[in-house]
Amino acid sequence: MQTAQTLEQYKAELRDSLDNEFLRKTLDTFAVAYRTGRENAFKGIDLPALIAEIAAAKDDSVARLDELYAEFKKNAEAIGIHVHLAKTALEANEIIARIAEENHCKTIVKSKSMTAEETLLNHHLEDKGLHVTETDLGEWIIQLRHEGPSHMVMPAIHLSRYQVADLFSQVTKKEQDSDIQKLVKVARRELRVKYAEADMGISGGNFAIADSATIGLVTNEGNARLVTTLPRVHVALMGLDKLTPTLHDALRVLRALPRNATGQQITSYATWITGPNECGACEDNKKVMHVVFLDNGRRALARDPEFKQVLRCVRCGACANVCPVYRMVGGHKYGHIYIGAIGLILTYFFHGREKAKYLVQNCINCQSCKAICPAGIDLPRLIKEIHARIQNEEGHPMQGQLLGMMMKNRKLFHGLLRAANWAQRPFVGKGETGGRFIRHLPMVFAKDQDFRALPAVAETPFRDLWEKGLKQEINPKPGQHPSMKVALFSGCVHDFVYPEQFVAAAKSMAGKNAQIDYPMQQNCCGLPLQMMGEMGAARDVALQNLLAMDPAEYDYIVTSCASCASHLKHNYPKLLEERPDLAFKATQFAEKVIDFSSFVHDVLKVAPKAGPGKKVTYHAPCHLCRGLDVREAPRALIGASGNEYVPCAEEEVCCGFGGTYGMKFAEISNTLLQKKLDNIVASGASVIVTDCPGCVMQIRGGMEKRQGPKVEVKHIAELLG
Amino acid sequence: MTKQEMVDLFRQKAELVSAKVIPIASMKDAYAYTIDACVNKEACQLLISGCGEAISDTAGALCEQKPAPRIVAAPQLKDKELKAFTKEAEERGIQVLTKGMRQHLAGIDVAFTTCDFGIAETGSIVIDSASEEVRLATMIAEVHVAVLRVKDLVHMAYDIEQQLDARMKKAPSYMAFITGASRTADIERVLAIGVHGPLELHILLLED
Repeated sequence: MQTAQTLEQYKAELRDSLDNEFLRKTLDTFAVAYRTGRENAFKGIDLPALIAEIAAAKDDSVARLDELYAEFKKNAEAIGIHVHLAKTALEANEIIARIAEENHCKTIVKSKSMTAEETLLNHHLEDKGLHVTETDLGEWIIQLRHEGPSHMVMPAIHLSRYQVADLFSQVTKKEQDSDIQKLVKVARRELRVKYAEADMGISGGNFAIADSATIGLVTNEGNARLVTTLPRVHVALMGLDKLTPTLHDALRVLRALPRNATGQQITSYATWITGPNECGACEDNKKVMHVVFLDNGRRALARDPEFKQVLRCVRCGACANVCPVYRMVGGHKYGHIYIGAIGLILTYFFHGREKAKYLVQNCINCQSCKAICPAGIDLPRLIKEIHARIQNEEGHPMQGQLLGMMMKNRKLFHGLLRAANWAQRPFVGKGETGGRFIRHLPMVFAKDQDFRALPAVAETPFRDLWEKGLKQEINPKPGQHPSMKVALFSGCVHDFVYPEQFVAAAKSMAGKNAQIDYPMQQNCCGLPLQMMGEMGAARDVALQNLLAMDPAEYDYIVTSCASCASHLKHNYPKLLEERPDLAFKATQFAEKVIDFSSFVHDVLKVAPKAGPGKKVTYHAPCHLCRGLDVREAPRALIGASGNEYVPCAEEEVCCGFGGTYGMKFAEISNTLLQKKLDNIVASGASVIVTDCPGCVMQIRGGMEKRQGPKVEVKHIAELLG
Repeated sequence: MTKQEMVDLFRQKAELVSAKVIPIASMKDAYAYTIDACVNKEACQLLISGCGEAISDTAGALCEQKPAPRIVAAPQLKDKELKAFTKEAEERGIQVLTKGMRQHLAGIDVAFTTCDFGIAETGSIVIDSASEEVRLATMIAEVHVAVLRVKDLVHMAYDIEQQLDARMKKAPSYMAFITGASRTADIERVLAIGVHGPLELHILLLED
C-alpha cells in the first residue's frame, strides 16, 4: 500500500526494500525461473495469435459491458441467482454486508479475489462484526499479518518460511517447525475447521459468462471449491470487466492465464458454477447465490479511448514477474493494491492520484511488461500517459518544464550542449574502458549519481563532422546512381556525446551505393520528455523531426540508438494522432524507421570480414529486443565483424539506464547496473557491445567505477566502422 | 491427432503434475485398484493429513471425527455396482460411503469417481460435480481415484465446448476441470501438495 507523502519518502521506502536480502534473493530466483517455465508452457502454441485473439475478444466485450451485464443478469435471475451492480467499492462492501445480515451469517470463508482487495472488503465486514477467514494459503498468511498482497498471484512471496512459522505458532499457540510441507499441512487443518463453521463463502471470479450466467474460477489449491460448496450462502464478487459473452471466450483466456502466470499448462482446478447448486447446509438443499459486479470506474474506463485496453487485463500478474524494478523492490513498493505495471495504472483509476503519483514515475520503460502481457496491453505507454495526466492535474515540476522548453528550441538546446563542452574542459579525463568522462565535478550532480562515471560532451558534435567531410566521404561519387536513399537520425547522445560511434555507424554504410543524408534540422527524438510526462513538448519535437525529414523522400530512416528507433516507430503515430493532417506522414515516417543492426545486416547485408577474433558479448537494449523485436541481427554482426560472440546471462534484462529514470531512482538504476556488470564480466568476454548509446553510457560509466575486472564497452557500430 | 497420440499426450501432461495414470481393462479392475489403493495407503499413513502436526485445539477437534479406520467415498455408484464394490471393500475392512460427506470433513481416505471427459493437452479430467457429495468427496479425500474412458478423451478444451455449454445451460451445474492434486507454492515458491484437497490423483484409463 502507498502511504508516502513525498517522492523522497517513497524513495526511502524503496531503499528499505533494496536492503531486504531475502526479498531480493527470492525475487531474483523467481524472475529467472519464471522465464523458463513460461517458455516451456507455451511450447507448441502460436502465442502472438493467441494474444491478438484475446485482445480482440476483450475489446469487443469491453465495448458492450452494459449489454453483457444485462444479458448475464437476465440469465442469472432466470435460474435463481441474485445479481447486484455496485457503483463504488463502498457500495459493493455494503451489498455484501447486507446479504450477510439478511441471511443471518456470522462467519465467512473467502477464496482469493483481487476485487475484494480493491474494495478492502474484509475490513468492512470485520467492522460489521463478521468473522472473515481467507482460505487461499498466501491470502490467509497476509490476512493474519494485516498486510496487503505483494503479488497478484503469489500474495505472500515477500515472506520467508521462518516468518510463516512464527505466525502459525501464534495462531495455533503451538511451536511450529519451519518445514514448508509441515506448515502447509497446519494450514490445511486450521482452515478445514473454518470451512466447516462458515455460514457464507465469498469468492472472486475469473469469468462471468453472459450467455449461461456461469462463473469461472481458476485456482490451484481448490479452496474455492470448498468455499463455494460448504457454506449456505455463496457471494461472488467480480469486476464488470470479467464479463465475457461465451464459454469459448473463457476457454481462450484459460489457455493463456495459467501459462503466463506461473508457467503451468492449467491450474489444478478450473471450476464452472452455474446457478444455485445442491447444498446440504440449506433447508431446501439449494444454495443461496449472489453475484456482485463492481463498477468502481470500469464503465467510465471502457469509454476512454486511450485507457479502455486496461480492462483487457486477465490478472495473471506476469507484468510484475518480468519487471526489473518489481524484482528489486517487491510488490508492496510497486503498487497500492494491484501490483506491477497494470497495478501502477489501476491504482490511478481505482485508488486515486495520491496513491499513484510516485508509483507511475518508477517505470524504467524497458517494455518487458508489454512483451509478456497475454492481452497485448501497451502498459509502459499508458504508465507514461498517467504520469502526464497527473502532471496536467497537479502542475508540472520545474525540471520537466525547463527541459521541455529547452528541447523544443533546438538552437537553444544544441547551443547549451556546445557550451557544456567548453564549461567541462577542466574536468575531462580519459576512461579505462573507453570514452571520456567528467571527473571531479563536485556538487553539480547529485551525490547519488556517483555509481557511474558521467561522459564528457564531445568536442565536435556529429553534425559538424558530417558537414566537415564525412558526408562526402561516405556518399556515392557524383554521377553514380544510388540504389537507395537513407536519412540518418543520430539522437542527442550520438550527436553530442559519442559522435565517434555514429561516425562508425555511418562509415559502415559506405560503399553500398546508398545515398546518405543527415538532415540538419533534426532534434531530440522526445523520449526523455515523454518519460518525464511532458507530452506537449514530446509532441512538439516529434513534429519538428517529422518536418526535418520528409519520409516520402527516403527509403529508410536509420538510427543507431535503440530507444530513439523504438520511440520514432511506435510512439510518433500515437503522439501525432490528434493531428489528422499529419497522420499519414507520421505513419509513413514510422514505417521507414529501422535500427542500425537490422539495416546493416538485413538490408545492406555487409560481408563478413576477418577481424581480431576477440570474445565479444552483447547487451540487448530493451527498446531493440522488445521494442523492435530485433534479436538476431546484432549477434550475427558480431560474428561478421571478425569476432566471436559469447553469450551473457540475462542479456535481455535492462541495464538500469532508462534515460532520466537513472537520475530520479539512482539506487534502483545502480542495482540493475551492478547485476548487469557482474553478468558481463562472468561471460568471459573482453568486449561488450550494445545497440544503444544510452546503454553504452550506463554500462561504460558503471564499468569505469567498478572495482575488479573490467570489460571494454562499445557501441556495436564501432566493431564495424 | 490419433487416439494413441492423445493418450500419450494425456499421460505425459498428467504425469507432469504428479498424477498417476494407470491403464485398466474393466470397471472391475477399477474397483480392485481403488480398494488396494486404500489398503496400501493406510499401511504407510496412519493419521489424516495435518492431524499429526502441531495444530490448534479447535482444528484438532475435527480430527476426532473420523470413525472407521478406512473409508472410501463412491458417491456416483448405484445399485448392483455399489453392492459389488461394497462387498469387496468390506471384506478388506473398508467402509464405503455414498453420501453424508459433510459428516467427514476431517478427511476420508479415498474418493472413487468416474470422469465425464479428459483433456489431453493439459492432462485434465472433467467431472460433473453438480452433486454436492461428488464435490466434497473429491476435496476431502486424501487420494482421488478417477476412471476416465479413453473414448471420452479429447485433445483440447475447445473440443468439448458444446457439451460443456449444454450442461451449463441446464442449471444448476457445477463442472470441474481437475489437473493433478491440490497444490500451492505460496510459501517461498516451494511446491507443496495437498493444501486443501487430495494429496494424490490416480487416473485409471479404461480402454474402449
